[in-house]
Amino acid sequence: MNAKDRVAAARAQDRPTAGKYIKGIFDEFTELHGDRCFGDDPAMVGGIARLGQSYVTVIAHEKGTTTRERVNRNFGSAHPEGYRKALRLMKQAEKFGRPVVTFVDTSGAFCGIGAEERGQGQAIASNLMEMMALKVPVLAIFIGEGGSGGALGIAVADQVWMLENAFYSVISPEGCASILWKDPALAPEAAECLKLTAEDLMELSVAERIIPENEGDFQKTFAFLKKEIGAFIAEKQQMPVDELLRERYHKFRKIQ
Amino acid sequence: MIKGLFKKPKNDLEPSVSGRIDKPAEVNIPHELCTVCPSCKKSVFSSDLQENDYVCPNCGKHLRLNARQRIHMIADQDSFQELWADMAGSDPLGFPEYEEKLRAAELASREMESVVTGTARIGKKPTALFVMEPAFMMGSMGTVTGEKIARLFEYAAEKELPVVGFTASGGARMQEGMLSLMQMAKTSGAVKRFSDRGGFYLAVLTDPTTGGVTASFAMEADVIAAEPDALICFAGPRVIEQTIRQKLPPGLGRAESLLKNGFIDKIVPRNEQKKFIARMLRAHRKDRKEG
Repeated sequence: MNAKDRVAAARAQDRPTAGKYIKGIFDEFTELHGDRCFGDDPAMVGGIARLGQSYVTVIAHEKGTTTRERVNRNFGSAHPEGYRKALRLMKQAEKFGRPVVTFVDTSGAFCGIGAEERGQGQAIASNLMEMMALKVPVLAIFIGEGGSGGALGIAVADQVWMLENAFYSVISPEGCASILWKDPALAPEAAECLKLTAEDLMELSVAERIIPENEGDFQKTFAFLKKEIGAFIAEKQQMPVDELLRERYHKFRKIQ
Repeated sequence: MIKGLFKKPKNDLEPSVSGRIDKPAEVNIPHELCTVCPSCKKSVFSSDLQENDYVCPNCGKHLRLNARQRIHMIADQDSFQELWADMAGSDPLGFPEYEEKLRAAELASREMESVVTGTARIGKKPTALFVMEPAFMMGSMGTVTGEKIARLFEYAAEKELPVVGFTASGGARMQEGMLSLMQMAKTSGAVKRFSDRGGFYLAVLTDPTTGGVTASFAMEADVIAAEPDALICFAGPRVIEQTIRQKLPPGLGRAESLLKNGFIDKIVPRNEQKKFIARMLRAHRKDRKEG
């Protein structure tokens, strides 16, 4: 598949959203709400999940499945409240020694008046800073769209895993084509140039792993992820905190 | 192969590369006798404008400045020592037309990348200093931009220097794809480490500070100042208008509304910046931190 087809697959309406992953992977999940500053953002879901014997904090962009739910969840584009809720729950995870697993699926952080007035830039910046120093293992799994800063805002992680057809890009192919070539119809070419597929990102050392989609049999994918997340947690929980943080820093530091 | 698909669009907004090179180096500096202020449209003697730090004497509009002009304005005389001056932008993804754009930006700005880094004294206080260059691809963040900034924070942590930074940026640089986006995480990590060691970081946000720079090191300073009327936002007004298809409230994304909403500490006009920075540096001297 070329980049354009991957982008289409990642955006497909029938693609499972984060809720399905959470249900399919974890043994129980309790959603926790609110950023304790302004509100609760339905585009960003967070809570405590159990995986066998261990508990993890889960953070996820949720696009929703029905039209009504999609509108309510703002199609997975979070406001600053979403990023602040995510940070609150990550700090809570740190306090109680829970690893953090995030599911990334957003076309980007929301661009709107309220989002600007309440500091979208500041909210994301503060997540980047704090996640870099979070004293528990962090795993980011890209399940669909990885839209720029809005994706990165919950993806400063020890490892980044990409579903086979997920993508992660600095700008949408349409945005890139209209800014650079004044023609959004050139989006397919832009998608190629941006190097946004899972394979590209492995090559660029942005991602560590590609998760097979089993030709749409997502139950299989969930079972695989359940096992692999368990193994990731077991391995990273063994690491001394300073080593974990040093490795996380260098994972990003070396990209130039 | 792909390169052939992309012909340079021919319109008035996109001058050809060769046309761009012919422009004077300091695009914001008027070389004529008189300059028309872009804000109040009044004619101003260029010499007056220069004496006034490129602030319009009629309406107070702060015109954009090159990195070197800012350094000249802020650093004590002859105190600036540049670090990593020869690090130049490269084309890691082989993006169409990017090499040419980089070379044109070098010629237009006379800089190798969109940030100048080094050390200086400000009001006799030694500090690490970075100044972004709007004439280099609108200060967009390439990998080398992020690398120089990360290095500066690491250097300052090691030498126990504070960091003063002037931001001006259109955001991430799409021609470097995800490698550009990763610079947000990288610089944030460097700021965090510096901060956790007790380092003091003061940022002055200048017009325009947007996108990936706003969502990383611009908003991570201990003290955040801004120039009057500077555009400081995550998404620019045009992007927001296209997204929500509504007229925007006046002043959205301007320094004054960020001050009102609690996202910056202070608006500091250009002629007071040096004094302000020196005062903040004195207030955060390491040797005062006895317990």
